Amino acid sequence: MSTRYLPLYVTGALLSLLFGLGAIQFDGFGSMRVVLNLFSDNAFLMITAIGMTLVIISGGIDLSVGSVIALSGVLCGLLIGEYGWHPLAAFALILPLATLFGAIMGMWIHVYKLQPFIVTLAGMFFARGLATMLSEESIAIDHPFYDAVADFGFSLPGNAWLGTSTLLLLLVLVVAVLVMHYSRFGAYVYALGGNHQSAELMGVPVAKATIGIYATSSFLAALAGIVFTFYTFSGYALTAVGTELDAIAAVVIGGTLLTGGSGFVVGTILGVLMMGVIQTYIIFDGSLSSWWTKIVIGLLLFFFIVLQKLLNRGRVQHA
Amino acid sequence: MSQQPQSLSIVNKVDSPADEALIAARKARYSPGKSTNALGRYLWPVSALVLLLLVNLFMDASFFSISYQDGRLYGSLIDILNRSAPVALLAIGMSVVIATGGIDLSVGAVMAIAGAVCAGMLVGGNYSLFTVICAGLTVGIVAGLVNGGLVSFLGIQPIVATLLLMVAGRGVAQLINQGQIVTFQSDAFAFIGIGAFLGLPFPVWLVLITLLLSQLLLRRTALGLFIEAVGCNASASRYLGINDKGVKLFVYGLTGFCAAIAGMIATADIQGADGNNTGLWLELDAILAVVIGGAALSGGRFSLVLSVVGALIIQTLSTTIILSGLPAKFNLLIKASVVLIVLLLQSDVFRQHAQSVLKGLKGGKA
Repeated sequence: MSTRYLPLYVTGALLSLLFGLGAIQFDGFGSMRVVLNLFSDNAFLMITAIGMTLVIISGGIDLSVGSVIALSGVLCGLLIGEYGWHPLAAFALILPLATLFGAIMGMWIHVYKLQPFIVTLAGMFFARGLATMLSEESIAIDHPFYDAVADFGFSLPGNAWLGTSTLLLLLVLVVAVLVMHYSRFGAYVYALGGNHQSAELMGVPVAKATIGIYATSSFLAALAGIVFTFYTFSGYALTAVGTELDAIAAVVIGGTLLTGGSGFVVGTILGVLMMGVIQTYIIFDGSLSSWWTKIVIGLLLFFFIVLQKLLNRGRVQHA
Repeated sequence: MSQQPQSLSIVNKVDSPADEALIAARKARYSPGKSTNALGRYLWPVSALVLLLLVNLFMDASFFSISYQDGRLYGSLIDILNRSAPVALLAIGMSVVIATGGIDLSVGAVMAIAGAVCAGMLVGGNYSLFTVICAGLTVGIVAGLVNGGLVSFLGIQPIVATLLLMVAGRGVAQLINQGQIVTFQSDAFAFIGIGAFLGLPFPVWLVLITLLLSQLLLRRTALGLFIEAVGCNASASRYLGINDKGVKLFVYGLTGFCAAIAGMIATADIQGADGNNTGLWLELDAILAVVIGGAALSGGRFSLVLSVVGALIIQTLSTTIILSGLPAKFNLLIKASVVLIVLLLQSDVFRQHAQSVLKGLKGGKA
């Protein structure tokens, strides 16, 4: 068995174990409804985390995603709620703007040889600051389009509902998997994370790839921000504080190497599901307090990081 | 296991990388030609601080005035010193960690844990003030050593290792007091946050004492040089005989210690501990302070004094924004712009660009 897939299997096994445990212990835990709720409640986080996976596989990090989600939400609120734009027109403005924002961060990282960590940290302050400046209060969004979005979906057996957010997430997932494994850009991402210098020598257009990676991450974060407004029907500058950490945690739990070069988008989805199942378990249990979520996620992170370390050591010895 | 191949190749490698590390560390500190000498390094941050203060004076003529009342000094300047204390303390620890090429994202969470422990002990039992403070400091040091152990002995990247405690630490802080926001009545402990000694607020004294002790420890012994050598090239410094793992363990322990003091100030200030909000996002301000102080995130040289100046700049900036009448909502945006400018100024590529542009301008005039 290739060690490449091992973290993925471990995550999958732990996820099924925890889910099975919940299903045995609690009535209604092991239902289609709970599973689909996991997806719809975490759709925005999954979309963000898919972008984060790209960035981390390429050997970088993007701390700005939480703020971009908030900024995108506030812009939705302003354009649709205050100025009465059609939501689609608003989205058509917000998504390219966010992509440009990410591209600029990527450009700074590439051209000025700055660490992704500090550039995206500045980006995080900037986007959150812009969102706060635009509106300090939550702006309600009331538009027939949003009602239609909320109503759209398919009913599944087991009283489950496949809504717009989940469908959108699945679309993003499919495109991301195709791009990462069957396109030139995907190969660039893996090559950059494997070894930046060799990638450059092999003829990977590093500038284009780096800019593209951060642009994609910001695009997906803005999309996540839009999806977030689908639940809340509002835009607020203080939403999604700390989402970048959740996304990074999900990526790591999903088996992507934090040093870059190896990982899978599907693993990240499993990572988010894992965090979601832990939360659901704690809610079903009722006697456990919410802070256990943070501690358990911390322990899980630790477990996976050590696992990565061990696998990496094995790889070096084989080489 | 991973040590073996390196110790085998020590024979032919011992010269170059070891020298390289020492030379790089020395160059970083003592290079006379470039503006990396002491004066040049202090020039930018200090003049930025002075400039900001002058802008304030311009907007408010009484900005520099300090009055003495009931045994303590009052005034905007004192206020800036007092409010910047937690970030300054964090920045002292953070600059040492960054000097080794690391980073500590968990300091905010460690603040919360230390605060929660102190508050819990003050409410729950009959402990002496000394015991409470020692417990708080010990918790901070232990948390720091956990980070240090992950980084040095398990070889985990610093940003990831400390992310663990950043996520889990808030949970632990809440766990200690069962998710309650604990408030306490203790004038003695509250003194740490709101007391005054010889006119100055007590947090300012804490910063001064920590700064002085750390400075003595790091600059009057070889430890500071070791830290810079590890930051320049960890494996090369190992060949020199520097215990790089021990050095890393020490710096994270020191950061934990500083974070614990900051946590106690924050807790004493409001006479309560809130696991969710104590020190929230302060790790970012601390990193920012170090970067504004001119340290490179890639490690190497550091200056504790400049990091404290960085913390003062951040606080003065907030005060300036309030004074200028701009709504507080501009605060973050302006802070972000400052970071971006500092980052650009630190980038070699940007400097070269700027220099060639300047040369072009001069050439055009002549």
